[in-house]
Amino acid sequence: MSHSRNQKWREVGVLISLIVLGLIMVSPLIWTVMLSLKSNGELLRSTANAFNPPYTGENYAAIMANSGVFRWLLNSAFVSTLQTLGVLILSSLAGYGFARLEFPFRNQLFLIVLFGLAIPEQAVIITRHQMFADLHLHNTYPGLILPGLAAPFGVFLMTQYFKAIPKELDEAAMLDSASRFKIFWKVLLPLTLPAQATLGIFTFLASWNDYWWPLISATRADMFTLTVGIASSQINFAQTSGLGYLMTQAVFASLPILIVYIIFQKYIVRAVAGAAVR
Amino acid sequence: MLSAKAKTQLGNFLFVAPYMFVFAWLLVWPLMSGMGLSLFKADLFGGATFVGLENYGRLLSDPVFLQAVGNTFLFVLLCVPPLAIIPLILALLLNRSTRVAAFFRGVFFSSSVLSVTIVTLIWRMVLIPDGGFVANILAVFGLPPIPFFSDPGIVMGSMAIITVWWCLGLPMMLYLSALQQVPQDIYEAAALDNSRWWTTLTRITLPSISRTVVLVVIMQCVLQFQLFGQPQLITQGGPNGASRPIVLFIFEVGFRRWDIGYAAAASQILFAIILLVTLGQYLLTRKRTGDA
Repeated sequence: MSHSRNQKWREVGVLISLIVLGLIMVSPLIWTVMLSLKSNGELLRSTANAFNPPYTGENYAAIMANSGVFRWLLNSAFVSTLQTLGVLILSSLAGYGFARLEFPFRNQLFLIVLFGLAIPEQAVIITRHQMFADLHLHNTYPGLILPGLAAPFGVFLMTQYFKAIPKELDEAAMLDSASRFKIFWKVLLPLTLPAQATLGIFTFLASWNDYWWPLISATRADMFTLTVGIASSQINFAQTSGLGYLMTQAVFASLPILIVYIIFQKYIVRAVAGAAVR
Repeated sequence: MLSAKAKTQLGNFLFVAPYMFVFAWLLVWPLMSGMGLSLFKADLFGGATFVGLENYGRLLSDPVFLQAVGNTFLFVLLCVPPLAIIPLILALLLNRSTRVAAFFRGVFFSSSVLSVTIVTLIWRMVLIPDGGFVANILAVFGLPPIPFFSDPGIVMGSMAIITVWWCLGLPMMLYLSALQQVPQDIYEAAALDNSRWWTTLTRITLPSISRTVVLVVIMQCVLQFQLFGQPQLITQGGPNGASRPIVLFIFEVGFRRWDIGYAAAASQILFAIILLVTLGQYLLTRKRTGDA
């Protein structure tokens, strides 16, 4: 009897701690939304009344009229989508090659790719910046998209995944004298869809949120991605268009990715869990 | 003429060739040429003189660089332990299949999908002494505001707070998926023994997920050594360089002063630090647990 009562009290304790921790977690977000609904003039005097009316939509109207932000949003969407597609294609092909096919130095090459996992972006940035300058790739879409394609994580993930598929499947297809590409495309690739989802979600999120490379490569405002664009208006924080407007930018810039997150939440959680098991 | 076997092998290689090309072109080659460049006194306009290890010597006696190295280690020490422990507590609280747990998992992971520019925008207005969220709360209790960004002794702590809030989602998910793999019958046996939850936690749960703890610590170390956006956007490394990490040093030297040989040398040192710390932790834990 006392055992189950303990259990009940423990449940209540867990719930209370979750609510407290959850409130701490979301309070910065709520604060930001509240500030974004305030007039810039009022915030200049004081932010003490952020949780009391009057509220206004003037900052949101101002952002809708600012075409620069939409341009950045489109740039981000375009770059992230193409980078994700590119990573999926390259990693699937290479993963199949490393997992199933024979060619000279296969294991050595795979080991080198694995070592690539340890190379931080900062260790290659100076010379990569020069290379792209020589090729006139800065402030272009290929310039923003290409570097992300070199990340070895996808190859590693897909190789592991292809290896886990029973070999009998492709051997049966081999008897039908199907070509290697046909086996890859028709037989094995459909089986890797869960891994494709994991890798796709990770790549899209990383690409959408990347700040380091676009900051260095995109120097013209019309080629900014959303992250760099938001940063550019943040640098002169104090004297810009006003606090309320800045906070509206934060809300506006988080919305697309938060919507994607809420829609795909189930898959994102599964993706993270899937990547953990490796 | 190629033999049939050679032809097959060439065909096979074509599957990995596209990736290997991009990998070699955009990762391996820049890494190698960066190592080469670090031995030159070079600027953007093509002037380069071979100086051997002089750049490295200069770095080791450059107070700005040494301060950046110290700042970075301080930051890692400040934020990796909370990033290993807080997500673990959250995962233990959330390791159940109720709707409430699913909702809170979503809440605690939500910050992870935001970009660093949004995170800094939000947190600047939370911590800023002049009208920030925390300052307003302190004012209600009649307390003075805390100079989160202008006191050199506090600023790295502020960066750590922001970073913990931003990054705790992924470790939490890793812990959750590890907890779900602990065989349930061990818990059932423990429940029969009427073990207290603390005993269950320290004797069963934690030992079963020890490898995930190691994974989280190593991952977060690698990640947090690369601190850049938070101080670059909020303090530009100030006050007096107290929040300038190594990556910001590389950025300033390479892309503001265009002293690219020197910046390349600094980035090689960062690479070496990350490799050594990762390898050290890996070997240390391998020795202790005796597996993997």
